[in-house]
Amino acid sequence: MCSGRVDMGFVLRAFENGIDGVFLGACHLGECNYITHGNYQAQNMVLLFRRIMEHIGLNPERLRINFMSGAEANVFTESVNDFVKTVKGLGPLAKGEGIDPTELKTRLAEVKRLIPYFKIVNREKLTTRLEGHDHAEAEKLFTKEEIDKQFAEVFSYWIDPEKCQACMTCARRCPVDAIISEKQKIHIVDQDKCVRCGTCFEVCPPKFRAISKITGPVPPPPPEDKRAVVRKGKEEAAG
Amino acid sequence: MEGEAGNFNVTLLRKPRYIKEDKCTGCTVCVEYCPVKYPDQYNQDISLNKAVHVYFAQAIPLITYIDESCLYLKEKKCRICEAVCKNDAIDLNQQPVKEDINVGAIILAPGFEPFDPKVREEYRYGEFQNVVTSMDFERLLCSTGPYAGEILRKSDLKHPHNIAWIQCIGSRQVIEGGNSYCSAVCCTYTQKQVILTKDHDADAKCTIFHNDVRAYGKDFERYYERTQNLPGIRFFRSYPSIVKEDPVTHNVTIRYTTPEDGVIEEEFDMVVLSIGMNPPKGVEDMAKQFGFELEEHDFCKIDPRNPMLTNRPGIFVSGALQGPIDIPESVFSASGAGSQIGEMLKYRRGNLAKERIYPEEKDVSQEEPRVGVFVCHCGANIGRIVNVPGTVEYCKTLPNVVYAQEQLFSCATNSAREITDKIKEEGLNRVVVAACSPRTLEPLFRDTLREAGINQYYYEMANIREHNSWVHQKEKEEATEKAHDIIRMSVARACQLEPLQEFDLPVDKRALVVGGGIAGMNCALSIANQGHEVHLIEREKELGGIANRIHTTLQGLDVQEYLKDLKSKIYQHPLIHVYHNAKITEATGYVGNFVTTVESSGKGTTSIKHGASVIAIGIDMYTPTEYLYGQDERVLTHLELEEKITSDDETVIGAQGLVMIQCVGCRNEERNYCSRICCSESIKNSLLLKEKNPDMDIYVLFRDVRTYGFNEDYYREAASKGVKFIRYEPEDPPVVEPGKAEDKRDVLKVTVTDYILGKKLELDADIIALAAAVVPSVATKEVANQFKVTLSPDGFFKEAHVKLRPVEFATDGVYLCGLAHYPKFIQETINQSYGAAGRVLTLLSNDIVVASGSVCTVNEKQCMGCGACVEVCTYGALELKDTKQGKKCVVNPVLCKGDGLCNTKCPTGAIQLRHYTDNELGSEIDVVVPEDEIMKQIDAAAAADA
Repeated sequence: MCSGRVDMGFVLRAFENGIDGVFLGACHLGECNYITHGNYQAQNMVLLFRRIMEHIGLNPERLRINFMSGAEANVFTESVNDFVKTVKGLGPLAKGEGIDPTELKTRLAEVKRLIPYFKIVNREKLTTRLEGHDHAEAEKLFTKEEIDKQFAEVFSYWIDPEKCQACMTCARRCPVDAIISEKQKIHIVDQDKCVRCGTCFEVCPPKFRAISKITGPVPPPPPEDKRAVVRKGKEEAAG
Repeated sequence: MEGEAGNFNVTLLRKPRYIKEDKCTGCTVCVEYCPVKYPDQYNQDISLNKAVHVYFAQAIPLITYIDESCLYLKEKKCRICEAVCKNDAIDLNQQPVKEDINVGAIILAPGFEPFDPKVREEYRYGEFQNVVTSMDFERLLCSTGPYAGEILRKSDLKHPHNIAWIQCIGSRQVIEGGNSYCSAVCCTYTQKQVILTKDHDADAKCTIFHNDVRAYGKDFERYYERTQNLPGIRFFRSYPSIVKEDPVTHNVTIRYTTPEDGVIEEEFDMVVLSIGMNPPKGVEDMAKQFGFELEEHDFCKIDPRNPMLTNRPGIFVSGALQGPIDIPESVFSASGAGSQIGEMLKYRRGNLAKERIYPEEKDVSQEEPRVGVFVCHCGANIGRIVNVPGTVEYCKTLPNVVYAQEQLFSCATNSAREITDKIKEEGLNRVVVAACSPRTLEPLFRDTLREAGINQYYYEMANIREHNSWVHQKEKEEATEKAHDIIRMSVARACQLEPLQEFDLPVDKRALVVGGGIAGMNCALSIANQGHEVHLIEREKELGGIANRIHTTLQGLDVQEYLKDLKSKIYQHPLIHVYHNAKITEATGYVGNFVTTVESSGKGTTSIKHGASVIAIGIDMYTPTEYLYGQDERVLTHLELEEKITSDDETVIGAQGLVMIQCVGCRNEERNYCSRICCSESIKNSLLLKEKNPDMDIYVLFRDVRTYGFNEDYYREAASKGVKFIRYEPEDPPVVEPGKAEDKRDVLKVTVTDYILGKKLELDADIIALAAAVVPSVATKEVANQFKVTLSPDGFFKEAHVKLRPVEFATDGVYLCGLAHYPKFIQETINQSYGAAGRVLTLLSNDIVVASGSVCTVNEKQCMGCGACVEVCTYGALELKDTKQGKKCVVNPVLCKGDGLCNTKCPTGAIQLRHYTDNELGSEIDVVVPEDEIMKQIDAAAAADA
């Protein structure tokens, strides 16, 4: 297991558990003992997540990555001591930022829902290998504006009840079982489960084109008793 | 011992332990009750031990024995131990047992005997209380030592703050009782002791009296620099004498000289004698018994073409019986001797092997987790910091923990057996051992689970030693709390663990050796002699490498004759295929199954399949830019000088003055290492020149003369034949310029400061020879990339472990030997190339290798086919395949190295690194801080206790 295995989800989970700071120790950049060099990716993850923290009002200094070798106990000690000092200075999570803890929970829950989305839209940058060891330079990999924009432009997939023919294709292919489906009943995307991968959008038969990518609020699903499919084909045939 | 190679009969006499090995649990209750106290040999007689005791903390087996100080054995009295042993493990009537064994070959590895400073009164050892040997000091530094890791003086049991080390005790001295050779290891072990002393006491003042600091090993120069840069450290180049002991303070006064201040007397709290290596005790009897010859210093007389051979076939030698050598060289020769025995006895390989049969694995995946926690004291390592019994009680409060206990050493054979038993008795299906780093012992404990019929991946290790007791020695309470935290996380993870299966990979029985120098050829021969096909790749049109330019060694080996013989053996061997003018264009595959594409003259492009790869690409020589090299043809490198000596070149042989300058191109900022061989090389050429022209004035300008081991004798010989050695400092290097001698002949004028005379000298040189550095081959980086192996800071190949695995790479199935690893002598190269062959055989002699179960796996349904994982896998273990359900990722588990980058890129969590899944790691994060629920339980337990 490499430092590159540290998932955004782990960091988030720590903060969800009320932990005040997360420290990531990784090998020196460019000195991978293998050919993996996953520490660059760990760094990218940290850089991205720090911007996300900023966006939701958390102090990004609560997340830090430092690079050291297994033989540098002194560097480890100094780094950790310094980090602990920083975090103590920031005070307890949420309280230090002046956010209501319940409010923070809501915000973190929102981020959790969006992690797959962030992975998809930042895929290229997350795997970049930043040359040079300039910390300030590295911080520019993700900008505040960029992340604010990503939050603002979160899209959703939505099934138009008028067009869905309940063919089950999208439901079968959805990797996360986010489509509520039943024969003869129009399908609905469970927005809490959806990871925005677009599989449903791609596989919905072209003759229906029932799924669209929308930004902004998703229209509420029709009530339970109004989900029977309106058979387009038959109507047309009858007509 | 009698018989011959292939069939020796050896009679062993096994001394009684007076303990029944199968009964003793190592509980050491008998030790507690034993009334006899006598000096503890393991701790250099500094502290006391009992007549019944465990020899040392890592002894195997970790059980007691009774020695001759026992009252019963002496006077038939006492027998207390018998009475207190709960397990009836004491047997005071045991007798010596004779055993006959039949073997095909014998390796002699008796090690060495530390020099005894008592043979020379002037060392005052035994007379002054605070004069200790480096062996004594080694024990004082150790946490299992006489004062549990505290450095204390014998006279007052106080910490010494001002310590002196005196080097070359018993070494480099032609005096009664001393050894003429250099013991080769003392300079560096002294630096280690200094660094450790500073770790113990940051304000300690350390003074080292030496005569040349011989930091000739890999990375030693950097280590030397690190020591020098510590505060309060002084290195003095001086032969000091120990003059007196203060009758009150027992401080020791040393007299020494410095060029600046002349004779000085200085008082120290403690003096450490850096003692050297003597031949092992009883070596003469051993030589007689086994029928091998000794050399002049009473080490084994070895064949320079094969230093692991004795004069008697079938009897091999490894380690310090070859002469004073360091650990890596000992390991080379150990593995190398093994390889040669493999050549002899290959027809019997595997005959005695027994397949390990484990009980059938029980499927417990559907059961509720039942976790057992074993908390290790690690002797005092953990126990004296962490409250172990309290921690055990804490473990019992954790969810799913159904059993917890403490153990003195969880790694001891009997403790492991205890874990197996408890798994069965208590119906455990998950085990957590809270002890040390999983790096060393995880395999042992996994095996323990297998013995109990439980999948080995249900094991989890909580590191409460390296991560806790060793780093929080002064915060006992916090350390105990931290142990709780670490264990709580491990228990949480253990509950999530899944059973995994390891799988078998076939091994291709052929080997590829890259580089056809002395290293590559010897390695190839030894592998081929054990029945494996070898493909030998040589970049040049001729085999031989750098050795083609060497004519003799310091010991007088005719290198060209040796090479001729070696090459003919290679060409005649039916299993060795040689590729000349060869270049590797592609290298793919993995342990047991490599495919390497080679372009060569004569054979065109060949795709070679092989199971093991050996890197033996050798080195290049530095081309000096210093001292007019390349501008004036009278300035040569040593290789060029040797060529001219061999061809009796008149300009060289007839020279009136010849100056050698050492350390050209290394031991500097750019190449911060010692090239190891140049000092001896210069002495070799001086001796050759003195033989051909005794009147020649030869000057060697050096920084430290690093003629370690027996080469010291040649250094002495050169000095006695009139070769002048003048030391220079790197800040004030010699200056070379054309000029005229007194007799008006054209010479090169060499100006150098003589620190002993304290003035500038001007030497007339007809020839200047530069000890040019050995540098990594230009091909090093390319080969490293092709075989996915790494380099050390100095650009040589980096072995898997400096001491433990010096001929292997961290990359499985790839091995290393020769100068590509680091500069070394021919004899050392031969040791190492056989050593590499030995390791190759441990792979190739198997039909299969076992690959880890901790690899990635894809839940196809969850895979959205985006390919983010494929992109980040540097091992090519992942690819997208078309299925009816769209593109899906598939894993080649053989190529997966378990880094888990793919896991973090997957938006849906479809790809998971087994044993480190989101679930398993997440469960640890969830309990970093104990939940309220757990806190309540603790409170309740505390209330109940109260």
